[in-house]
Amino acid sequence: MKLIVAVIKPFKVDDVKAVLKERGIDGMTLTEAQGFGRQRGHTEVYRGAEYEVDFVPKIRIEVLTDDDRADEIVTAIVESAQTGTIGDGKVWVQHVESVIRVRTGERGTDAL
Amino acid sequence: MNTVDTLWVIVSAALVLFMTPGLALFYGGMVRSKNVLAVMMNNFAAMGVVTVLWIVVGATLAFGHDVGGGLIGDLSLSGLSHLGRSLPGFSAGGASPMAVLTFQLMFAIITAALISGGTTDRIKFPSFVVLISLWLFCVYIPLAHWVFSPEGWLATHGVLDFAGGTVVEINSGFSTLAIVLVLGRRRGWPGEAMVPHSVPLSLLGVGILWFGWFGFNAGSSLAMNSVAVSAFIATQAAAAAGLVGWLVFERITESYPTTLGAASGAVAGMVAITPCAGFVSPVAALIIGGLAGVVCALAVRLKFKLKYDDSLDVLGVHGVGGVLGMVMLGLFASRSINPAGRDGLMNGGGLHLIGSELMAVGVTIAMAFGVTFVLAKLVDMTMGLRVGPEEEFNGLDLSQHAESAYS
Repeated sequence: MKLIVAVIKPFKVDDVKAVLKERGIDGMTLTEAQGFGRQRGHTEVYRGAEYEVDFVPKIRIEVLTDDDRADEIVTAIVESAQTGTIGDGKVWVQHVESVIRVRTGERGTDAL
Repeated sequence: MNTVDTLWVIVSAALVLFMTPGLALFYGGMVRSKNVLAVMMNNFAAMGVVTVLWIVVGATLAFGHDVGGGLIGDLSLSGLSHLGRSLPGFSAGGASPMAVLTFQLMFAIITAALISGGTTDRIKFPSFVVLISLWLFCVYIPLAHWVFSPEGWLATHGVLDFAGGTVVEINSGFSTLAIVLVLGRRRGWPGEAMVPHSVPLSLLGVGILWFGWFGFNAGSSLAMNSVAVSAFIATQAAAAAGLVGWLVFERITESYPTTLGAASGAVAGMVAITPCAGFVSPVAALIIGGLAGVVCALAVRLKFKLKYDDSLDVLGVHGVGGVLGMVMLGLFASRSINPAGRDGLMNGGGLHLIGSELMAVGVTIAMAFGVTFVLAKLVDMTMGLRVGPEEEFNGLDLSQHAESAYS
């Protein structure tokens, strides 16, 4: 099993969600996040004083999946979240040792 | 007693009182979310403490019979009693003395509250209360007597100051500078970003200030007459021109016109017109306000050069705007607007008035800065002015008041 983590631009969330639902994924978790990569932050001006705001708002999406569907989902996220400008975000895939569904106690791929 | 004049003065008193919660919103929006309640509390504390002190003995020291030399009033009106038909030096037949002293109370409140814009984010609440109480008696009340009482020595020397360019604006600006020099900078300033947590709150606050300022300026005629109307339109003209002036300046120098700039410009315009309203024409008010928008937009940059942390620009807006207003009055005052006034340079009065105004500016700066510096040192040595580093980091809402603005 894999955990796919994607940090994307907030305004792309609806596109990503639509594509993933279309592909029939079983669930996703979404968190509001802040951070910086190559995009860096932005500048705000108050009474002539410029402030560098280092952290940019991002959305962090997590999807748990079967090993064989991971590539397909990663591609779907990348394609739907892409704008081609700096700050589009990153997607990474981690190995998951076990998954348990709380309601039934099912384990492994049955719990997905 | 004239009932119409009295009515206008008590309505104006209510308008001026409303400026202080407006100021609380203006300041509250500009600080970080961990210090909102603390700075608003400073404003509300001024409404409480200054009122108590004013009624008991403050009003009589400012407006009682002069004890000699135009320096301070006596205690004959303590507790707002024995007011008679008119206040010492004022002509009988105008607004009721009680109404005038109540109106003047609201000026004392907002001047004390203004100081919190410089000291925010790091001053101990009890120390702030003690400091503004001492300051009320040692700085505000003497200045109010000198300028606002007809028996005060600056008033008898021909100084014109319609609604408090010296007593309120220059005084608050330079008193704040004195206190922040004793208090020190906020930890992390100026390197760390200290961004306003809610500009919309500040905009609402300035709207309330603008509304209340009509009472502040037009009410200062203490009568419902053409001078009051002149002061009213001058207030609107200067606020509007100040707003435009600050925005134009921003557009040219920084390319972004900001909402906080628009609000600050309106305040700067109204600060500068405060001494002038009731003595100048609407066109002069436009010039004065517009100039204030630009000059104050420049002045708020000074603290980054000189490294004093006047956090919300009390000196840059009120101190500098007040000085500008007093100087402009020396240029634009006109007896055709107010026969009880004097003519400025542009109206054939020569340099006499500008001389009087500059003397009043110098005296006010010396009094406000000098005496307040000593008082701040005194409070710092006895009670301590400043919270500890951890309390400052966690925010004054929690450390001083055990509350959070947004939970």
